[in-house]
Amino acid sequence: MLRALLGRWRSSLRLLRPAHVEPERAKISVAQLGHQYANKVVALQNVDLNVRSGEFVCLLGPSGCGKSTLLYALAGQVTPTGGTVRIDGKAIRGPGPERLLMFQEAALFPWLTVRGNITFALGAKGVPRSERRERADMYIRRVQLTGFEDTLPHQLSGGMKMRASLARALAMDPTVLLMDEPFGSLDAQTRIHMQELLQSIWLRTGKTVVFVTHDVHEALMLGTRVVLMAPRPGRVVSDLEVHLPMPRKPEDAGLNEMVRHLRGLLRDVEEPARAEAATHRVPERPAARPTLPAHGMPRPAR
Amino acid sequence: MKRYVQKLGMFLLLLGSWELLTRVGVWSPHLFPGPLTVAKSLVAMVGDGRLAEATLRSLGRLGRAYLMSVAIGVPLGLLMARLAFFRNAVKPVVSGLQALPSICWLPLALLWFGLTDSAILFVVVMGSVLAIAIATEDSVNGVDPQLVRVASTLGVKGMRFQLGVMLPAALPGIVTGLKLGWSFAWRALLAGELLFVSGGLGQLLTVGRELMDVAQVMAVMVAIILIGMTVDRVLFQTVEGKLRRRWGLTNAV
Repeated sequence: MLRALLGRWRSSLRLLRPAHVEPERAKISVAQLGHQYANKVVALQNVDLNVRSGEFVCLLGPSGCGKSTLLYALAGQVTPTGGTVRIDGKAIRGPGPERLLMFQEAALFPWLTVRGNITFALGAKGVPRSERRERADMYIRRVQLTGFEDTLPHQLSGGMKMRASLARALAMDPTVLLMDEPFGSLDAQTRIHMQELLQSIWLRTGKTVVFVTHDVHEALMLGTRVVLMAPRPGRVVSDLEVHLPMPRKPEDAGLNEMVRHLRGLLRDVEEPARAEAATHRVPERPAARPTLPAHGMPRPAR
Repeated sequence: MKRYVQKLGMFLLLLGSWELLTRVGVWSPHLFPGPLTVAKSLVAMVGDGRLAEATLRSLGRLGRAYLMSVAIGVPLGLLMARLAFFRNAVKPVVSGLQALPSICWLPLALLWFGLTDSAILFVVVMGSVLAIAIATEDSVNGVDPQLVRVASTLGVKGMRFQLGVMLPAALPGIVTGLKLGWSFAWRALLAGELLFVSGGLGQLLTVGRELMDVAQVMAVMVAIILIGMTVDRVLFQTVEGKLRRRWGLTNAV
């Protein structure tokens, strides 16, 4: 008993603690959120989530757990069928530049240069023409793209495109940054670089970030909080604060221990769903192969 | 380099077999003149200014009609893509009229406008405006939805969105539509000019036929091919190529 306790104290898992945030003190407050798509798929059910200002929250879960739907509801791109989403106590209505959404693709305007992409966005925000260029260049410096101001997006590599997209998002100075697997399409090396860059920028600016990922390692590398979600129906199963000092290193032993722990949790979340799916399938299709679930497998972390 | 040699080789081969056919004398040389006779006729027409005058006249007409087509077709296409009324009510009409070959408008145009330039302009406009409108609508509808979503999350709205996102995103498609519209207009113009005397390249062809001057007919045909190709190459392909490179739509950087 004592040994077990001691082991737990020594282990870095003590740095993972359940999060409790009161709705009154939250920047983003999601209450009893539910969403059902037109094809009757329940993407979210009774989701409660309160995010403090300046937190870096990672929504983690297998595909189909509704993490992207939750993010899009925060962005205002999806109108949930039930529950409320409030930011600073105000219910959100539609998309808005104070809650900026970043996608898996860089989604730069292909006919504009890197700088042009940023100044165009700044123009939409109402920044005077004379200040746009200077501000754009500042954010280009911040994402380490100096020298590529006048380059067109199709001439950039995937990682550089993502950095340009990040610069554009930061230049808009949103109060909340919403990121939908932004590094999902990058190779492993570039991904680590982007995570380190994002972390250093976050440490400097202290923005509230909600970051969707299916990669456990990425979630623990970046988040001050990891929200574990499960599919069918999409729900929150566990909400943990990560008290690991920043900046974090990808090869940190404590981090990797947490990764193993969370992968275990994720697997437990997956098992019942998988068993259920298998029993459902048996009467219709006796030849179903239970060893190969059709969907919902957690992807291995890179 | 190799490409040019192949092109030139094919060209010489064609000319050679043409000359050979004439020399063999299967058909009367009056009905089937060789390339040299045709070239002489072409030079003669260039020399006395008949060709230049006719070309200027045809291109002047084409230019006016084409500008009108663009001025009507592009906005019409944008409206069809963006407004429900135009999509539901106007688009079926446009697609229906598109099924009518442009020259079928000529009898109507002659009755309405008489034997005037306006009749030909009308035929040319009817021949190209619908194609331009449909291509514009297609390219606006084909805009990457991701760009639209990004614009909405960045707070780009109203005119800034229409002119700063939708229009440039659709521009490569619109230019392709303009090119298509131009070739339709070119065809409609010559068909119109052929059918009634009006002083233009079409008339040169008709006069050649009436005088049984096959060499002149062939020479004008060559001139029409050359003019058509030049406009297509010089104007449209350059603009289109530049645009596609800038937009990153071609692999060549």
